[in-house]
Amino acid sequence: MIKYYNNIRLGAKKLEPQKSKRMSGARILVETLIEQGVTDVFGIPGGQVVDIYDELNRARRRIRHILTSHEQGAAHAADGYARVSGKVGVALATSGPGATNLVTGIAAAMLDSVPMVVITGNVSTQLIGRDSFQEINITGITFSITKHNYFVTDVNELADTVREAFRIASSGRPGPVLIDIPKDVQTAKTLFAPKAPEPPDALPHADEKDVLRAAEIINRASRPYLYIGGGAAANGMGKQIMEFAEKTDAFIGCSLMGISTVPSSYERFLGMQGMHGRYASTKANTEADVIIGVGVCFSDRATGDAKKYARRAEIVQIDADLAEINKNVIVDAGLVGDVKKTFSMLLDAVEQKRRPQWHKRALELKSEGRRIFNSIDENALSEITPKQVFEMINGKKEADTVVATDVGQHQMWAAQYLKFEKPRRFISSGGLGAMGYGLGAAIGAVIAEKKRAVLVTGDGSFSMNLTELATAVSYKIPVVIVLMNNSVLGMVRQWQTLFYGGRYPATDPKRKTDFVKVCEAFGGKGERVSSAEEFEAAFERAMKFDGPYLIDVPVDKDELVLPMIPSDGDLEDLITTDERKNKQ
Amino acid sequence: MKRYVLSVYVENKYGVLTRVASLFMRRGFNIDSLTVGETENPAYSRITITLHGDDYTCEQIINQLKKLQNVKKVKLLTDDVKVERELMLIKVKNNSENRNDIMAAAEIFRAKIIDYNPEYMCVEVTGEPSKINAFIDVMQPLGIVEMCRTGAVALERGRAKLVD
Repeated sequence: MIKYYNNIRLGAKKLEPQKSKRMSGARILVETLIEQGVTDVFGIPGGQVVDIYDELNRARRRIRHILTSHEQGAAHAADGYARVSGKVGVALATSGPGATNLVTGIAAAMLDSVPMVVITGNVSTQLIGRDSFQEINITGITFSITKHNYFVTDVNELADTVREAFRIASSGRPGPVLIDIPKDVQTAKTLFAPKAPEPPDALPHADEKDVLRAAEIINRASRPYLYIGGGAAANGMGKQIMEFAEKTDAFIGCSLMGISTVPSSYERFLGMQGMHGRYASTKANTEADVIIGVGVCFSDRATGDAKKYARRAEIVQIDADLAEINKNVIVDAGLVGDVKKTFSMLLDAVEQKRRPQWHKRALELKSEGRRIFNSIDENALSEITPKQVFEMINGKKEADTVVATDVGQHQMWAAQYLKFEKPRRFISSGGLGAMGYGLGAAIGAVIAEKKRAVLVTGDGSFSMNLTELATAVSYKIPVVIVLMNNSVLGMVRQWQTLFYGGRYPATDPKRKTDFVKVCEAFGGKGERVSSAEEFEAAFERAMKFDGPYLIDVPVDKDELVLPMIPSDGDLEDLITTDERKNKQ
Repeated sequence: MKRYVLSVYVENKYGVLTRVASLFMRRGFNIDSLTVGETENPAYSRITITLHGDDYTCEQIINQLKKLQNVKKVKLLTDDVKVERELMLIKVKNNSENRNDIMAAAEIFRAKIIDYNPEYMCVEVTGEPSKINAFIDVMQPLGIVEMCRTGAVALERGRAKLVD
């Protein structure tokens, strides 16, 4: 069974001899990347990828390499690049520690279905399995965090392996694919001829009978709610979703991954739902009688206790991945296939229908949500409240500015308050929730868009990968860094406040980090602000700076992200006020 | 809890067994047995998996298996359409008191004695897993020294095939 590798020479027959050139594996890799349309690679060199770097240098006019400070930053950058552009992001690292440093970045891409090809070097095949210097079985390590991975042992298989990797990464439900290439495969020579890249495999639409059954469920319902996620975002389905909502009088909420799919200003959009979601969308789940999930996985963060989720509603789910149907919640109609095509069929199949009572109720929820949000803001403890921070960013950023976040309280505030009118403008580690994701991802976004990005981060997350400031300085990458600094690990502290009797082990590190000086030490700029006016002026300066510009915004360490649903609660258990204040 | 038998057709490539096996660990699925071997086409292997669970778990396992790139086909083999066999080698104590019982049981179960010495006997039994279990029950009081089961293999009856 486990033969080391069988000797299939994929496509060898198809090579046209007259066009073929004899070249090294390293060069074949670079030529194949170019052939696949790759223009940017993020990575760090090392002993087992020197050959590849030599070839990247030779091809430097056709493909650009961005040197990051840490391989994790390279992986997050490739991920951010892919999320905003829809192209396959590429990261490159050496064997051993280079490869293991990529792991968090690969996992983040896997859990958020981001198309990525990750290339690692490895020791020569004769040194494999001997615990050689910087030898790691990275294919074994990444089995469960890649869509697929390869260990290439024959240079004749290399080009077609790379081609297949790109196809797998971008087909169906996208995801990261890793290719591990031993050094001797990089130096071995064989014939190579470029091929036109193949488009991703087209997924069929769902079965028509199933679509009609789902349409029937929706037609007989009186309170339809669209719950949209990463699948809708990645397929650019904003317009269709809005058409569907108009036709059926449905209202729309989203998961974290679904933000920036429909314009925030759209009247029927109720915002992100779930643990820290907006009141209106979260409540709409409990009041709707049909929930139409589009490219969502019904994550615990979005649904609360799955057993108690949507007790009053029938559920229709559309997903590219068969394994998502009935995984977390049992649905009444599961439609598997190309999400966009299938949703179009459903859009055609449903009846045009006014549902005035539901329409009125949803707008009531929306205004009730606004009232609750205002009261949360009125009770905010910080000098510059989270609402003020984000309203300022909303006002000052351009319509197509990408905003990246890290993970924690600031991320949830960003998800609650930020407004987007265009698709693919919000990038955040949703599934893995990887603190330290943001700076690398923002850099990737800037490279993809050739345009300034904003990073919203916290002091805890930023401390994890701030070394990518060096990358932003080297390449003059304009990133406005809004650092919401409460000098504690705020989200964990919030749990400690609410559910652990106000005991705060390990969340109040008493650090004295001066983040402004840190940014300046790397060669960027920064300033600390203490009022909303100062923040506004600083943000304007930052939007003009040619590199990383950090704004240190003080946040009260007792500020809570509200509303909140306890992690074992269901959507009815929404906490909307800080109980401590009520007791006083 | 119901018993399920899955037949999985996979590419015979580096790491495929690990991918399949690690999927069960990662998704928290428990399986009873897993067997693997080459098929009529040496480029492919066939994995037979047996498990106990409910329809939900079985459906999840099938759907997750289908997502692996090297998995070409997954099929649930239900009792009415499958033939299934397992092989066991079992070593038991051999003495004047139990010798006849062992040999009689072997006869009834159509098992073979494949190794014999004055102290121990080794018996080969083939059959459905339930028959193997029954044979173990008979041997238990006679003194089992050690045993080894292959896990189940199964095919569909008649003309039906896993892949065309």
